[in-house]
Amino acid sequence: MGDVNLNTSGVTPSSLGNALINPQKTSLKAQFSFKSLWISSLFGSPLKALSTFLVIAIFIWLLPPLFNWAFVHAVFSADPQACQEARGIGACWGVIREKYSMILWGRYPYADHWRAQLSTVLLSLLLLKSTLRQEGLRRIFIEWSTVLGLIYILMSGHLGPFEFLRATVIVPIIGKPFPVVPSDLWGGLPLTLILSVVCIVIASPLAVLLALGRTSSMPLFNVVCKIYIELFRGVPLISVLFMASYMFPLLLPNGYSPDVLIRVVLGISLFAAAYLAEIVRAGLQALPKGQLDAANSLGLGYWQAQYLVVLPQALRVVIPGLVNSFIGIFKDTSLITIVSLYELTGSLTLALNGDPLWRAFKLEGYFFITFIYFIFCFSMSRYSLWLERRLNHSL
Amino acid sequence: MRQRGIQGGFGFILDPAGFDISESWIEFNSDESYAKAFFVGLINTLRVSAASIVTCTFLGLLLGLGRVQSNPLIRFCCHSYTEIFRNIPLLIQLLIWYVLLVEWLPDSQAPLELSLANSNFFLSKDGLAFPWFEIGQSGSFFSTPLFDGTSIQGGAVLTPEFLALYVGLSLYTSAFVGELIRAGYQSIDKGQIEAGLSIGLKPSQITRLIVMPQALKVIIPPLTNQYLNLIKNSSLAVAIGYPDLVNISNTSLNQTGHAIECVLIIMVVYLALSLLISLIMNSYNARVLKRG
Repeated sequence: MGDVNLNTSGVTPSSLGNALINPQKTSLKAQFSFKSLWISSLFGSPLKALSTFLVIAIFIWLLPPLFNWAFVHAVFSADPQACQEARGIGACWGVIREKYSMILWGRYPYADHWRAQLSTVLLSLLLLKSTLRQEGLRRIFIEWSTVLGLIYILMSGHLGPFEFLRATVIVPIIGKPFPVVPSDLWGGLPLTLILSVVCIVIASPLAVLLALGRTSSMPLFNVVCKIYIELFRGVPLISVLFMASYMFPLLLPNGYSPDVLIRVVLGISLFAAAYLAEIVRAGLQALPKGQLDAANSLGLGYWQAQYLVVLPQALRVVIPGLVNSFIGIFKDTSLITIVSLYELTGSLTLALNGDPLWRAFKLEGYFFITFIYFIFCFSMSRYSLWLERRLNHSL
Repeated sequence: MRQRGIQGGFGFILDPAGFDISESWIEFNSDESYAKAFFVGLINTLRVSAASIVTCTFLGLLLGLGRVQSNPLIRFCCHSYTEIFRNIPLLIQLLIWYVLLVEWLPDSQAPLELSLANSNFFLSKDGLAFPWFEIGQSGSFFSTPLFDGTSIQGGAVLTPEFLALYVGLSLYTSAFVGELIRAGYQSIDKGQIEAGLSIGLKPSQITRLIVMPQALKVIIPPLTNQYLNLIKNSSLAVAIGYPDLVNISNTSLNQTGHAIECVLIIMVVYLALSLLISLIMNSYNARVLKRG
């Protein structure tokens, strides 16, 4: 890692410096001793020592008050009186104990919370499984469509053609009614997860098509895809969400307007596809042209060549970039609270704003959902790093 | 649409707006037209974006260089900062800054005070008061805010909405800029640094004279993207009530019902801004490439 500060001036005698100047006098062992390397990298020169002390000073100045606020003086019981008294000195984690169910599951009917919880667990397990094991595209497709379908049934309670099962099978098994829950009551963590996953699932194939169009030699496709990508990359997501929630209903025929959730999913997917397409394009352009020539000489048609030869190689290279974009999509779902859908951020506002007793402790609530978002995003970014390293090894 | 009695067209933008804007650089009152309100919003967007771009570049430079230091403590701090700020949605960061500013700072009757030479800074729930030029009848003069025990007089004030957006955008984007600068730095062959050491340059000179001029070629194109992202992200102002273009369009949309027109205005303005920034940065990039 760029050892610019390599200490050769000998201002402070350190074992590393000595070793460089008098190689005979220091034994090889001392030269590479772990401890001396650490000391020299922390205090090797006056500037280094100064910066080290400065950082330590900032830690000493900042950490104890923060620690006191978050733990020592904090109120952990759901007691608004005690929280009010500790205000400004200690955190009130009681607000989370009191409101966590509203924050995590939103306005979903209380008796049916198990359905939201089960959906969240299912989705997380599926994500984990797909990231840890390498599977064929077909298998992934089958698994994902099955689980997403299952989650839709669980969350909404719509059974479609299997409506007859409700009274005969489902209700006796679970021992309570299995009512329909309209999508405007969905909220919290399951909504955030479902929204991100569904948007990624819709946007990815669209992005591949756009990238193929963008690199194709047919002028019509080329221009259309280029305009689409530049348009969506040039405007903020909020404007797309406004479009989805205010504009679509006006443009559609009277009385026919799809659910706001569907409109928002479409909006985010169209938006995300433009960004993903640029990443896929980079992969397409990195592929040596000989590959396509070879595929053509084998007599493969356009789609066969793309599907069998070009895409598997091009996508493999850009997987880390794609995962980084997925993190972006996951973070972006928090914006739908602006168009009044209650995912994690929105359900927090919903839970606290309506309650005068707890309204004052929003900060603690924000830290709670920050923690949830951080865990998901951080593990995804580690995963993308790990993939990158593995790809570099195998190339 | 006509069936539903909705009138299309941009005719409405000359009507009086009927709402006030909490902060603006140019005079605005509710009798003036929607067009002028949009313009005020645009100025506010540009104001917060420009300030944040400068700050995030500077912070990002520090972070990126911190990541390539040999001091592990500094490396660790910069790395933690990057991971924390990158992995939390910007919207939540903005909301946290806003809550901190409007609920945790002292009241304006007892502001935090900082005095340098003969200029004063006051930070309170009402925002940050700082010395600024004031244009009066007798020309412009330097005015520093003064606290008389009950309120603050003179100087200029940045509202908590502006501050929250500015701090949030700068810190969030600086984490990304820092990564770009680190990547650019590491793209330079190590032999270059060793060559610099061997002709007796100091580490700071090596960074300034050898590494950065070459790394800029790698850094500028993605940096442009980050600037564009920052400008687009400034639209989150609507969540904390800073009167930027999107916020004002949203208000106008709710008042007039001209949804299509208002959303189109946002989109066209942002597209134009994006193109403009791309042009500026591309020409700068061309100059860097020519120089190298």
